[in-house]
Amino acid sequence: MTDTLAIDTKDLTKNYGKVTVVDRLNFHVRENEVFGLLGPNGAGKTTTILMLLGLTEPASGTVRVCGFNPTREPLKIKRIAGYLPEEVGFYDNLTARENLRFIADLNNIDASETERRIDEVLETVGLTEERDITAGKYSRGMRQRLGIADVLIKQPKLVILDEPTSGLDPSGINHLLDIIADLPKMGTSVLLSSHQLYQVQRVCQRVGILSEGRMVIEGSIDELGREALAGGRYLIEVEIADPKPELVDILQKIKGVEKVEADGTKLSISTDSDLRSQISKAIIDNGALLVQMKVHEFSLDDIYMKYFKES
Amino acid sequence: MIAIIRKELADYFNSVRFLVLFLLVLVAGGCGIYAAQQGIREALKQSSAVTEGGFVFLALFTSSWAGIPILTLAIAIIIPITGIVLGFDAINSERSGGTMSRLLAQPVYRDSVINGKFLAGIMSMALMVGTTILLVAGYGLRMIGVPPTAEEIIRLFLYVFLTIVYGAFWMGLAMLFSVVFRRAAGSLLVPIVIFLIFFFFWVIFGFGQAIASAAAPITSGSDVATQIQQAGLQQTIMRLSPSYLFQEAYMVLLIPIWKGLGAITYGDLAYMLPNPLGLGQCLLAIWPHLVGLVSLSAICFAISYIIFMKQEIRAT
Repeated sequence: MTDTLAIDTKDLTKNYGKVTVVDRLNFHVRENEVFGLLGPNGAGKTTTILMLLGLTEPASGTVRVCGFNPTREPLKIKRIAGYLPEEVGFYDNLTARENLRFIADLNNIDASETERRIDEVLETVGLTEERDITAGKYSRGMRQRLGIADVLIKQPKLVILDEPTSGLDPSGINHLLDIIADLPKMGTSVLLSSHQLYQVQRVCQRVGILSEGRMVIEGSIDELGREALAGGRYLIEVEIADPKPELVDILQKIKGVEKVEADGTKLSISTDSDLRSQISKAIIDNGALLVQMKVHEFSLDDIYMKYFKES
Repeated sequence: MIAIIRKELADYFNSVRFLVLFLLVLVAGGCGIYAAQQGIREALKQSSAVTEGGFVFLALFTSSWAGIPILTLAIAIIIPITGIVLGFDAINSERSGGTMSRLLAQPVYRDSVINGKFLAGIMSMALMVGTTILLVAGYGLRMIGVPPTAEEIIRLFLYVFLTIVYGAFWMGLAMLFSVVFRRAAGSLLVPIVIFLIFFFFWVIFGFGQAIASAAAPITSGSDVATQIQQAGLQQTIMRLSPSYLFQEAYMVLLIPIWKGLGAITYGDLAYMLPNPLGLGQCLLAIWPHLVGLVSLSAICFAISYIIFMKQEIRAT
């Protein structure tokens, strides 16, 4: 089982003094998938990542990254895993090319191969034009893209990105997300840590929500939506002119309707499937006037908010 | 690790810092030559009176001008400063630049980072000292027209080696502070202050001697054995300063007719032959000094390693 998992943790725990930052964390990332690690600031995302890379020792619990133990065999992991820290820094006096060459050198990539890969990754992130400018002159977005190039140069099996989109403009974010979404095609698994829900939703197959060091929930976005709203997957909002009090009961009786909440002329109906036609028919049969009807699919936002209200 | 050495060396050679230091070393070399031009005759008169013309070439490096041995003194000041300047921001600049976590996410051991930077620093320092000595030697050769003997060449090599070891100690110390302090200002200031205390106050201004005399006073009334013992104690106290260790060691190497390191009574002095100390004897005399300096560097290193290994590597 372990050889098909890129990351597998069991009861991973880390304390700083008496404060428990990561508390018996269990999660796994499959090969060739993009996994989103969500959570507010201070939830323990970065600490978890540092433990995955062997940059910090866990207090207890076990971690396997591509089958290796980060505490015992950090170099084996670092050879196949790329890490983009949150505040990525480069040697400002060196050009993009020289920065990448140094990293390639540290990874024992031979010289001719290095040059080929540098051109390739700079092309991927769209920095070919700027490759001979010193990194000190780069803008925030360019640095972030250079960071991605830096991670890709060793052709990793696993990529760990810590808040890769922070500080980028919308077009920069889109470009970056496109690159990330393409990684599994090259046989690379991705662990993406972020608090930007929309972005995670766009590229991740599965997500885990971390709160105060615990994994609150883990699964695909579909599954989470179903779980998040006690039963119902759809929320249908209906606005009616002149509603009658018995309408709520009538709607409640439709098969598949979970819950109806009335608020003046507005009703919100939770259902387990798209029941718009049945609901509209019931309203018209009742003699009320239907003003508008909206179907609301659950986004990660709702799931997220729900879990943070709970915790 | 070779990759780190290569990168650090390239960084050093391109940096303004290195150029300024190199200029300083060259100026010191120039002054040394000038001092030799002025004072070598005097120095030779003193030494050839006893050695009958031996070690002319070495006198190039030790001859003084207005009573000050310019070259050796300049090197004794410049080399520690060079070491400190090369090492003071080794670790904390990586940290403040945000490159530390990126660097350590690569397949390198943490100690290779320190080792690589240290070795690159030693190489640049060796280049500086070597250039200075060769410059003075080359120009001096043209000036005095006396070729060095084999023994003189060996002594010079040993001097260069000793100087590099001494510089390495200061670099190790500066690197230790670069691990401890987050800010480069702190890690520059603290080793500089330590150097000033140990060099200027302890050795040059004579505070070390004053403390040593107070701690182990030599009273003229006591017997000779006690007096020698007290003198030995004083010397031990003086040797607490690495600068004093270095000074003693290079004096023995470059001025072979120097009377040795222990205390000598006036009675014994009368029986001493004014002949130079052999190379082997010199080595024996300075061996503890060399070991002392190397182990001081090793201690700095050990502490840096331990702290660095335990440090949290965070991007922010």
